Amino acid sequence: MPESTAPHATVVPGRLELFLGYLKIGLLGFGGVAAWARHVIVEERRWLTELEYAEVLGLGQVLPGPNVGNAAVMIGRRFHGLAGALLATTGIYLAPLLILIGLCVLYDRYGQLPQVAPAMAGIAAAAAGMVIGTAFKMAGRLRLRWDALLVLVLAALAAALWRLPLPLIVLVLAPVSIALALRRARRPAEAGAR
Amino acid sequence: MTLLLQILATFSILSLVAVGGANSVLPEMHRQVVELRGWLDDATFAQLYALAQAAPGPNILVASVMGWRIAGGAGMAMATLGMLAPSAVLAWGMAGLTQRLRGAPWLKPAQAGLVPVAIGLILAAGVTMAQAAQGHGVLPLVVVAISTVFVWRTDYSPLWVLAGGAVLGLVFL
Repeated sequence: MPESTAPHATVVPGRLELFLGYLKIGLLGFGGVAAWARHVIVEERRWLTELEYAEVLGLGQVLPGPNVGNAAVMIGRRFHGLAGALLATTGIYLAPLLILIGLCVLYDRYGQLPQVAPAMAGIAAAAAGMVIGTAFKMAGRLRLRWDALLVLVLAALAAALWRLPLPLIVLVLAPVSIALALRRARRPAEAGAR
Repeated sequence: MTLLLQILATFSILSLVAVGGANSVLPEMHRQVVELRGWLDDATFAQLYALAQAAPGPNILVASVMGWRIAGGAGMAMATLGMLAPSAVLAWGMAGLTQRLRGAPWLKPAQAGLVPVAIGLILAAGVTMAQAAQGHGVLPLVVVAISTVFVWRTDYSPLWVLAGGAVLGLVFL
């Protein structure tokens, strides 16, 4: 059995594959697309390694806008320039927008049916677990050091528990975390040992 | 026409302050759309947010639903364009910058430094979603726990837990 943490060989997607992959991410992305984007890009299609994806997502996080949407622009550009960025972006938003238009029309017509709310509540709970599980999985596979894990936990606490504004969290934690990473890089021997 | 331009302008500004994505920009969206512009009332805003959550895809599309409610199809188009375009252009520029700086010795560590912040904020989004799902008693928390372990420890498609969640909700809630 191959070791699950070993870096997989990555595949360069063609333009159509890029579009279809992002179409799938958008279409399946109930409860937000973060978990699905990682599942499709890293596990299913292997366009990027776990680390490459996490790095792109990290950049997408500090920029304004949805992190996965920003990542779509950057991953699209990386593989196919402007066409790639447009294809990935169109792919991720197209299906959800069409479904949303349908939902808006249905909502106008039927309001709230009694069966809809409990099923939606169940899906919402499962989606929450899906997002939490994705964070655990990424942290585990990247074998983060204790100082990086500390930053991770602080970011999570600041956003979920203390409800601090996100720009503030990013402005404080990103420089600290980058400084820690730079210090690790300067002492590679120590960084390798864990 | 002026209304459509106002929608475009309002959501373009929201796009540029949306560090952290849809959930973090929601309070500011409420301030702009409900309090400043008076386009929607409180209850409608909450209902439209739930509607957007029910659809698949990025949660940022909550802007599209608001635009639709304010000014129909054209409003939806303006709100979507405003919400997506400015941040996408920034991401495009950032991608170019990182490609040009590829050889720089500090780039990899700098990017690596952003990784724990990104994962921490994903975790926070999940916890926030779990807190919102909590209103229906213990069962949602059980579903959250099962789903967390399933996605964390296996490589099966997450679609299974979503389907399971829907069935459990339908039967028990």
